[in-house]
Amino acid sequence: MSEYILQLDDISKFFGSVIALSGVTLNLKKGEVHCLLGDNGAGKSTLIKTLAGVHQPDKGRYLVDGKPVTFQSPREALDAGIATVYQDLALVPLMSVARNFFMGREPQKKWLGFIPVMDHDLAGRTAVEKLAEMGIKVRSQDQLIGTMSGGEKQCLAIARAIHFGAKVLILDEPTAALGVKQSVNVLKLIHKARARGISVIFITHNVNHAYPVANSFTLLNRGQSMGTFAKNEICKEAVLDMMAGGAEMKSMMGDLEGVTI
Amino acid sequence: MTNPNTSRLPDERVRRVGAVRSVLARPEFGALAGAVLVFCIFGVAAGNSGMFSMEGIVNWGTVAAYLGVLAVGAALLMIAGEFDLSVGSMIGFSGMMMAIPCLYWGWPVWLSVLFAFSVAVCLGGLNGWLVVKTGLPSFIVTLAFFFILRGLSLALSVLLTGKTIVSSNDDLVLQELIANDPLIGSLFQGHVFKGLFNILAQAGIIAARDDGAALAVGVPKVMGWWLVLTLAGALALARTRFGNWILAVGGDANAAKNVGIPVGRVKISLFVFMAFCATLFAVLQVADAGSAAADRGLQKEFEAIIAAVIGGCLLTGGFGSVIGAALGALIFGVVQIGIGYTSIDNNWYRVFLGGMLLAAVLFNNYIRRRVALGR
Repeated sequence: MSEYILQLDDISKFFGSVIALSGVTLNLKKGEVHCLLGDNGAGKSTLIKTLAGVHQPDKGRYLVDGKPVTFQSPREALDAGIATVYQDLALVPLMSVARNFFMGREPQKKWLGFIPVMDHDLAGRTAVEKLAEMGIKVRSQDQLIGTMSGGEKQCLAIARAIHFGAKVLILDEPTAALGVKQSVNVLKLIHKARARGISVIFITHNVNHAYPVANSFTLLNRGQSMGTFAKNEICKEAVLDMMAGGAEMKSMMGDLEGVTI
Repeated sequence: MTNPNTSRLPDERVRRVGAVRSVLARPEFGALAGAVLVFCIFGVAAGNSGMFSMEGIVNWGTVAAYLGVLAVGAALLMIAGEFDLSVGSMIGFSGMMMAIPCLYWGWPVWLSVLFAFSVAVCLGGLNGWLVVKTGLPSFIVTLAFFFILRGLSLALSVLLTGKTIVSSNDDLVLQELIANDPLIGSLFQGHVFKGLFNILAQAGIIAARDDGAALAVGVPKVMGWWLVLTLAGALALARTRFGNWILAVGGDANAAKNVGIPVGRVKISLFVFMAFCATLFAVLQVADAGSAAADRGLQKEFEAIIAAVIGGCLLTGGFGSVIGAALGALIFGVVQIGIGYTSIDNNWYRVFLGGMLLAAVLFNNYIRRRVALGR
């Protein structure tokens, strides 16, 4: 048994002549919330897709529970308990809560003893129950996803991943499009997931959202890791400073002062 | 969201959804309302013209049933986000693929029918495979097959038989061959409930001929096929895992892929099913008419799509109903045949259908936005 549930060891990924990731190392401890911070173009998306099995690394090792793995497809990563909630959430607006919750993993029963049909009662009951456990209330199991708010959808997608046995939850900018209260709800949900022993990789560029829930931070800049820090090693301002590229940001702010309208 | 103490209370920001609203949100509502409207109109305009006598019902029921067989396939395909313009050409082609082997190559009828279905299923699979692999819109891929299959039907029938309509070859007559094949004859040719109809005629409930037999011979078998396919399709869509996949694939193919649904396989199998429906149409028609013609099935692709749209299917996929599509086909049959029972000029039939289609699309769009998604 390894102390880490998931490890990327000196990973590089190239797209033609572009170096998307260069020697990135990331260690995710069991039951921690690990924030992946970086500005646009830092390589966050490539890193997530590598973790999720969409891309295969060109260099370096990917270990799950201390054992090296090579995922050929997202399905294989999912089967290993690594669930990714992308920004588009993989929810279908014109389908009900229950149908969405079990999309692709529908519970079945036999009708008249031999016709396999979807067990809508079980699906509906389970979906509503599991959502309630996560503190998400839905009108009915038949409510269409399209009528829910952005925060509710985000929470539903996370709750679905947890229900289907995720050991590692990768959340791609879960708070990016949300208002203040809804963001807090998502942060609460991340907290609940950790309480259940699930390890979370939380991708964001909002330090205010990352800092309260995270145990450690990894900063990415232009495809390279700028290091991993435990929460007690680093303050919020320092994280923000490093993320924006410190000196570069200062000089840009300097330019701003001369701006008049 | 809420703390546990208040989670039992209703959310003050959620309005109660009325019964009327939830009925309105069902995809088949528009088709049902349309069907009622059409029956009312023709009930008034042609109520005592014989349109609603038994043979009148069989008349328009048959037209509806033929289209209904196609509408099941078209609806499921449309809900999965694709449509097939090659259906009409496939009808002509499959009819030929059935008639030529048994008339000219000496094949037994059952083998010819099996051959026609096999060729059609392969072509449907090819259609689907091309759409899935290339990512091109199904409009353009199936438009190509619309021309290819129609051209092939004409060219091959001229090449192999010298004709474009085949009903016999020397002493072989297609109608008799089919009637003499116990399996194919009993599955696709003639009527059921003949005895019941005669009893009803003798009791004076339905019209009888001079010899006492019923004027309407029985229920054409195509109606049975329509019923079976519609029920099977509706059950599959609403109640099975595959049905959930169809809705997901049409609603958001990317989301479906991300949760592990085999998007390509779902789409291809629905193209195959569409080709199966077209061939069933062709076999029933050949068995009934006793001939196959290379120009059969003209415009059927559009009629099938119209029936599906009137039935509440969104052209963009992800929403719709098989029962609705069956009602759409019923509206088609009633209007097309019913207009002949009235004093209205036949040419108004297309105007009426076009208007119906437009009304259905506008209504569906409105329902999806306002009622289903609450915007």
